[in-house]
Amino acid sequence: MLELLEALLFSTLDAAPALIFAALGGVLSERAGVVNVGVEGQMRAGAFCAAVAALFMPTPLGVVLGMLAGAGLAAIHGYLSIRWRSDQVVSGMAINLVALAGGTFLLESLYSPNGTPAIEQLPRWTLPLIHGVPLLGALSEHSGMTYLALVLPFVFHAVLTHTPIGLRLRAVGEKPHAVATLGLSVQGLRWGAVLGGGLLAGLGGAVLSTAVLDRFEQHTPAGLGFMALAAMVFGRWTPLGAFGAASFFAFGNALRIGLASSAPGILEFIPQGFLLALPYLLTLILLAVQGQRSSAPAALGTPYEQESR
Amino acid sequence: MSLEIRAGELLALVGENGAGKSSLMNVLYGLYHPDEGDILLDGQPVRFKSPRDAIARGIGMVHQHFMLVPTLTVAENVVLGREPTRWGRLDLERACAEVTATCQRFGFQLDPRARVDTLTVGSQQKVEIVKALHRGAKVLILDEPTAVLTPQEAEDLFRVARGLKEQGHTVVFISHKLREVLSVAERIAVMRRGALVAEVKAAETHVAELANLMVGESRPGQGTVEPYQPPTGEVLLEALALKALGEDGRAVLDGVTLTVHAGEIVGIAGVDGNGQRELAEVITGLRPLAEGQGTLLNRPLSALSPDEARRRGVSHVPEDRLRRAVVKDMSVEENMALGRQGHPPFARGPWLDFAGRRERTQKLLGAYDVRPPDPLLPVQALSGGNQQKVVVARELDSQPKLLVVVQPTRGLDISAVAQVHARLREERARGVGVLLISLDLEEVLTMSDRVYVLFEGKVTGTFTRPEFDEREIGRRMTCAEPAHG
Repeated sequence: MLELLEALLFSTLDAAPALIFAALGGVLSERAGVVNVGVEGQMRAGAFCAAVAALFMPTPLGVVLGMLAGAGLAAIHGYLSIRWRSDQVVSGMAINLVALAGGTFLLESLYSPNGTPAIEQLPRWTLPLIHGVPLLGALSEHSGMTYLALVLPFVFHAVLTHTPIGLRLRAVGEKPHAVATLGLSVQGLRWGAVLGGGLLAGLGGAVLSTAVLDRFEQHTPAGLGFMALAAMVFGRWTPLGAFGAASFFAFGNALRIGLASSAPGILEFIPQGFLLALPYLLTLILLAVQGQRSSAPAALGTPYEQESR
Repeated sequence: MSLEIRAGELLALVGENGAGKSSLMNVLYGLYHPDEGDILLDGQPVRFKSPRDAIARGIGMVHQHFMLVPTLTVAENVVLGREPTRWGRLDLERACAEVTATCQRFGFQLDPRARVDTLTVGSQQKVEIVKALHRGAKVLILDEPTAVLTPQEAEDLFRVARGLKEQGHTVVFISHKLREVLSVAERIAVMRRGALVAEVKAAETHVAELANLMVGESRPGQGTVEPYQPPTGEVLLEALALKALGEDGRAVLDGVTLTVHAGEIVGIAGVDGNGQRELAEVITGLRPLAEGQGTLLNRPLSALSPDEARRRGVSHVPEDRLRRAVVKDMSVEENMALGRQGHPPFARGPWLDFAGRRERTQKLLGAYDVRPPDPLLPVQALSGGNQQKVVVARELDSQPKLLVVVQPTRGLDISAVAQVHARLREERARGVGVLLISLDLEEVLTMSDRVYVLFEGKVTGTFTRPEFDEREIGRRMTCAEPAHG
């Protein structure tokens, strides 16, 4: 029993970072008032670029390139939605579609339809002391990304609530005109948040292809970006809430894998497809339960125009 | 357009809607940029690229629509953009102390730790003023500052303004409420159609003269006070202990009892958000009744639908015309037909009657002096005042028995206001019952035969015309409220 729990915990910690980074990216962008449905696409770009780059250079450098790729797609989103005030949902979806098709095209023309060649994964760290201890041992043997994902939400929380830049970010998502009348730049703040969100989403994608797997696969990230958005909503647009929700979803994912591998007999009763849908089903149920008690930033999705109120 | 603002004076800038008052001040504040001309500050030409420059030169502005972030605290709102820090960390302690100090210097009482959305409108306005003063503003521009305040709060604001002046600040009031302007300002500048038409000393003028300067032509004085006659017509609406719930499940109407007779105008006074909107919605069938009962035109008030209300003879001029009264992309004549599109002259059998609709619309556009009188124009191409005329025309044309009007003159200029008011009086003379809900206490008092005061969803006072007392009504509008500042 304990072993089973440890295995579940281990695979949760392995899968969670991608979701956590992407959800934090969503929080950053949306707290500043820019809807970011393009997280999925930014993750895909990050995963692809990180895997391809890691074929030629050390994997950590590949991860950095993956982040930049996410930010690059986010920059397109920012240009459309901040500079030209286009509809933020449409612009985000366009990014998703471009990333989906572009990723497939590049993958097929450069490598094979199924995925890139294998790369060297990010190194896994063996924690002294707790390695091998029952249950606690699940914390060991992860890539650095897992530990970063456990720390970053708290850092983000501290920045958002306890620093001037955090205060400005919260204000610009609630009432950009108030920020403008104080002589601060609405555009500047939103650009910063969108690019930062892109870096985080790109990191989330890069984790998938360099730590969870050892290559970019055809379907990466397979809807994880949307799950990250759900985690952001369920976490009420707060870093810690998104962290909790993303971890929960990752646990659901681990539960599915654990169920299928530790008790193969279960597949006789429950169809495989149902198990595959389990994490997404959890997402749906949670969002339905949460209902209307939303706490989205008030100016979310509204382009800022100076001469309007 | 030239205007001189002297140091340490109380200046008022008056003009009709669209006269350019707010645009002028937004230019001074660096939000808009002048196409031509210069701004001289202390004799030096200056160019404000953004509000940041204006703030740096000591100009502060309190906008008509508050520029506060509702989810942040008072202190956070005040220090936003120039936050005190300690080791890179936001120092909220110091922020609160600074805000308290500024408040004390100017005689405000504000809790720096309170969230802005929990404050009354009057207190929020003080936060705005503190925000400007905190940034070292020497010149304070107040855009329509009393539009949302009760008489008491307005009085309080004037006291603050005089105090600021005594400390050497310059205060510029933008307003079109002439009586207030006369009571607070020393010098009054009048604008019309983007140009300065007069500058007068407050002590040497009176309301009528200012009004003429503003409108640009002498106009008939507003209706003299009519003698009060107790209502004799039949009871159109009798409501007993109405209760309705808001979106968050809180009671927004709590035991409201009121009657409206045929041939009277019943006013509802109150500060924004005390249940007025919900009352109108209940009576027009837009909001379900949670408790209480009543009769509306001889049938029960419960389980009323908007369609049923219309069939009984209730017309509704809603508060937010673009959201509830018109479809702004559709033409004037299509909007005229809305709600009656299935009846003659707008339809014949199952088909729309285009010719009949055109004819009726043209008649109404003429009768209500809508400009331009073009039935094919989309409603959004009309000015706010003309849009409102379209709505009023439509609602009165259906020969209502009970008329529910909410903020019927919001955003209209003096002549349009007079026209709408005259129409309402005509309807009363015809024997229609009018329920007039307005945030403008002056409007409620000049129009109504009887007034109910709403506060937090309860009726806190009823007055008939001979008993009207602005101060007492104002007190009832805020009665259970702890004194803020």
